[in-house]
Amino acid sequence: MMTIQTHKAAKNETVFDLSQTSVRDLNAFLHQLPDDIPCDPVRVTHLTGDHSVVAGVDADLDVQVDGHVGYFCGGMLRQARLTINGNAGQGVGSNIETGRIHVRGDASQSAGATGRGGLLVIEGNASARCGISLKGADIVVKGNIGHLSAFMAQSGRLVVFGDTGDSLGDSLYEAHIYVRGSVTSLGADCIAKEMRDEHRKELADLLEAAGEAGRIDVNDFTRYGSARQLYNFKVDNIGAY
Amino acid sequence: MCGIAGLFIKNKAMDAQMGAMLTQMTSTLCGRGPDSAGFAIYTEDDPGFTKLSVIAQGDADLDGLHEQMCQEIDPAIQKSATGNNAVFRVPDAHAAQAIEWIDARPAKLALIGQGKRLEMYKDVGYPDDVAQRFSIAQMRGTHGIAHTRMATESAVTPEGAHPFSTANDQCLVHNGSISNHASMRRALRKAGIKVRTENDSEVAAGYLSQQMHEGKSLGDALDSSLDVLDGFFTFVVGTENGFGVLRDPIACKPAVMAETDDYVAFASEYKSLTCLPGIENARVWEPNPAHSYFWEH
Repeated sequence: MMTIQTHKAAKNETVFDLSQTSVRDLNAFLHQLPDDIPCDPVRVTHLTGDHSVVAGVDADLDVQVDGHVGYFCGGMLRQARLTINGNAGQGVGSNIETGRIHVRGDASQSAGATGRGGLLVIEGNASARCGISLKGADIVVKGNIGHLSAFMAQSGRLVVFGDTGDSLGDSLYEAHIYVRGSVTSLGADCIAKEMRDEHRKELADLLEAAGEAGRIDVNDFTRYGSARQLYNFKVDNIGAY
Repeated sequence: MCGIAGLFIKNKAMDAQMGAMLTQMTSTLCGRGPDSAGFAIYTEDDPGFTKLSVIAQGDADLDGLHEQMCQEIDPAIQKSATGNNAVFRVPDAHAAQAIEWIDARPAKLALIGQGKRLEMYKDVGYPDDVAQRFSIAQMRGTHGIAHTRMATESAVTPEGAHPFSTANDQCLVHNGSISNHASMRRALRKAGIKVRTENDSEVAAGYLSQQMHEGKSLGDALDSSLDVLDGFFTFVVGTENGFGVLRDPIACKPAVMAETDDYVAFASEYKSLTCLPGIENARVWEPNPAHSYFWEH
């Protein structure tokens, strides 16, 4: 076992006080946990917007982060269930693979960028480029999102309860987008699409995963997706090159 | 990279802590810009005097130059110097003459700031060391802007550090890069705006000064810069009574703001705001792209 300053709280919770311990020590502790058995929960306290908190973790455990975090919190996450009791800086859950991240406050730019799997739930707002280049993760934002969200998103789902900024889904591939509020503008090749039963079911499942089962009507949402006009080179456009 | 911290005090009782708060905010941004730093502090007006902030070049003798200014321009000129930086307090009637006098001696002095209230301090080195060198933490003021620089477009020199001041009591800091700075610098110089360095950010400062000189408000000047500046930028701008923020339409560069009854604060990262009193209950938000924000006393 490493010699890191921690203490055990109730329910076998290991507490990392970042005014006493470094983020590097916290992450080193999380990285040496076994990836094939459930582990005791971890709590992180006294944050001052530190970067890379709980990044690169592959373990079956609950992590509570009490405060505001800086960049890339929960990046590359596997398995773990991470709750951020505060705001998150840029790139929260960046490249998340499996597991779940719950942000109780707002998230900055590029939340869930390139996420490949797992679930990112943001209770507040997310700013620009939320879900940029999404590759399979699910993102549920209960507030608004900023401009250029889901830019070039390839697969996965983005659900927004509030409004979106400019250029939603610009150059979108096959990610599914559901928005309840207003869309300031759609990006190139992103269009509103019909909600069929399969989509209502998909959305209901996502709402349930985000703790909103039965509280929100799936029929209030509009589905957006790719018009699939940018996929292939068209010889008619040769003059533009 | 580069880091910006800005603080606009709303509660007059906190003016005395402005320098200390700004220094602490800047300290967390050292990693974003370790090569040089600068501070613009809006202090009390010194009636009848204009403040000229300068950097001595090479081993120029500030005492001797001050003496010479007193003899040739006005014996009432006062000097307060720390290291290679100095602020000359010049009777208003002779301010223009003193600026000309300084500009005529580029081998000895670089003028970096001018105004009734603006004092500017900047130097190469780690930002914490720069702040300490000039005792920024002991300064009082109504608002202030700090910058930690990671140089991209021009050399690391004391006068290449931000902020830049291109007109009385106006200054600007920039995070980003402006592509059309060469042509804009030529146009501004032709229009009579003094752009003193080859730095791209000074061009943005010069453009805003020109627009405000033509009668635009700070907000309108910021809005019009969106049409002419090619590049990416987050600006924080100070005027004698005001404080403004603008991000480019893509919002490449980070920005977070906090407001309480006591202050409005700007920082490149949230962690830089955590030292502020009452931050737990502050309204915290990210400024929208292509939208100008400004506050005035």
